[in-house]
Amino acid sequence: MENKEALINYCLRLGDSSLILGQRMAEWCSNGPILEEDIAMTNISLDLFGQSRMLYSYIAELEGGTNEDEIAFRRNEREFFNTLISERPNGHFGDTIARNFLIDAFSFHYYKQLVKSNNEVISAFAEKSLKEVTYHLRHSSEWMIRLGDGTEESKIKIQNALNKVWKYSDDMFDVNDGDKSLIESGIAVNPEEIKEAWNETITSVLKRAKLTRPEDGYFHKGSRNGVHSEYLGHLLTEMQYLQRAYPDAKW
Amino acid sequence: MTLVIVFYDLKIVNCELNIKTNNNMSDLEKFLEKIEENIKIEPKDWMPDDYRKHLQRQMSQHAHSEVIGMQPEGNWVLRAPSLRAKVILLAKIQDEAGHGQYLYSAAETLGKSRSTYINELQTRKAKYSSIFNYPTLTWADMGAVGWLVDGAAIVNQVSLQKTSYGPYSRAMVKICKEESFHQRQGYEIISNMAKGTPEQKQMAQDALDRFWWPSIMMFGPHDADSSRSENAMKWKIKNETNDQLRQKFIDKTIQQAEIIGLTIPDKDLRWNDETNHYDFGEIDWDEFWNVVKGNGPCNDDRIEHHIKAHEDGAWVREAAIAYAEKNG
Repeated sequence: MENKEALINYCLRLGDSSLILGQRMAEWCSNGPILEEDIAMTNISLDLFGQSRMLYSYIAELEGGTNEDEIAFRRNEREFFNTLISERPNGHFGDTIARNFLIDAFSFHYYKQLVKSNNEVISAFAEKSLKEVTYHLRHSSEWMIRLGDGTEESKIKIQNALNKVWKYSDDMFDVNDGDKSLIESGIAVNPEEIKEAWNETITSVLKRAKLTRPEDGYFHKGSRNGVHSEYLGHLLTEMQYLQRAYPDAKW
Repeated sequence: MTLVIVFYDLKIVNCELNIKTNNNMSDLEKFLEKIEENIKIEPKDWMPDDYRKHLQRQMSQHAHSEVIGMQPEGNWVLRAPSLRAKVILLAKIQDEAGHGQYLYSAAETLGKSRSTYINELQTRKAKYSSIFNYPTLTWADMGAVGWLVDGAAIVNQVSLQKTSYGPYSRAMVKICKEESFHQRQGYEIISNMAKGTPEQKQMAQDALDRFWWPSIMMFGPHDADSSRSENAMKWKIKNETNDQLRQKFIDKTIQQAEIIGLTIPDKDLRWNDETNHYDFGEIDWDEFWNVVKGNGPCNDDRIEHHIKAHEDGAWVREAAIAYAEKNG
């Protein structure tokens, strides 16, 4: 039973992070710097929604009596376990790219390990998601490089964006007690194990982008226990509006 | 002679110089023969200047419509009521961005760049479909837009697959494949709501009430009042007139409304045994021309939104160009 709760909570961690970032990326719809980017960002958003749906369906199966929409639209702020960095506002294009770059590098290395999970659903999820985030990481890395090595203005903008979002990056590596038991039983991956690979990716892309890796200082945390920034509540308010306003309706 | 040439468009000069060919046929005659025999006109072929201009206007207007159309639908992506509905809507909007991109490329074959077309949109020299100047107020509007607006667009675009300009025709073939999925998506939303709670049904009917007339206006003025139709028909850019296409759309849509128990807001609508078509009421052309001229509920917002995204992204585009120049 304990294991099941831990597993559900772990799936929420992964699924919520995809959902919330997906919602953020959907905000770019019709706002991209060029039509091709609108298409690319919508693609990423669609991948992320697909990832969350896969895990929510699994949770619904484990819990019984619920479904992906109840999980997405009927939970409150403190019941969400997405990473803090995924709920950061889009800001300008560089803010979005810097945020996504740190997340994509994490997801890429994390899913690479998670493919080996002895839970078949989790492993299949990781395999599918790995293909997608490989592309996402390429997208954000290429933009880091173009903005870092573009104009004076773009260099300043992307460096500042990176500096600002850096303090939310370590929260991705946080685990709770449930995760620890899942790591021990070979279902989950310990994020600490991929930290080196993550760091290497970050460092090598920043080098190509001629950008400076921010200093490790204070890091914001709390999302692994469902403690978020103020931004999440607003995002959920918008996202959940119809399901909350018409609880008996089917769409 | 030289002085006179200076005042002419280069293409006209070109046309005049080439007027006699070895077959003793002028370029114009050859062009008209191709049109007559339904042979597609390709970018490098000679074409009358008015043909080129007509296509530049129509194709860029088509591309702009796809792009501006992302806004009223994007208005509901973040609030879609289920994950399934959200991804379907988002995929649809993504298709539209792709159609816009594709159509801009096709329009560029006429010798005008995408950035020039976009500038014409932002300075309001170019138009886009007026339907997108109406707001999407409830989720049911996502149904109405897919069902009616995409439904009307399909009727038009199916017909345009046979258009005489090769790149436009090929773009239409590709686009039509995706549009039928869009219409089904919209119809599914509005059907679900029409058979849902009383509030949902009311929203569905309200969406139909607001979008019906603007949708049938999408086909443009009556043939008698459409100044550009004559050339477009002569050159087979269009193969069916505004009124013919409008009638096709009305005939097929009425039954779809009946199936889901919604009422088309037109008291004059009735089947005509003699014509084998539905008769319908008088369209409010004052409203139509007002919206065309910029006085629709959302004209200003749509253009301002487009300009803002474009301007906000300027530094990104500049960076990409600078990077390419340094590393190209």
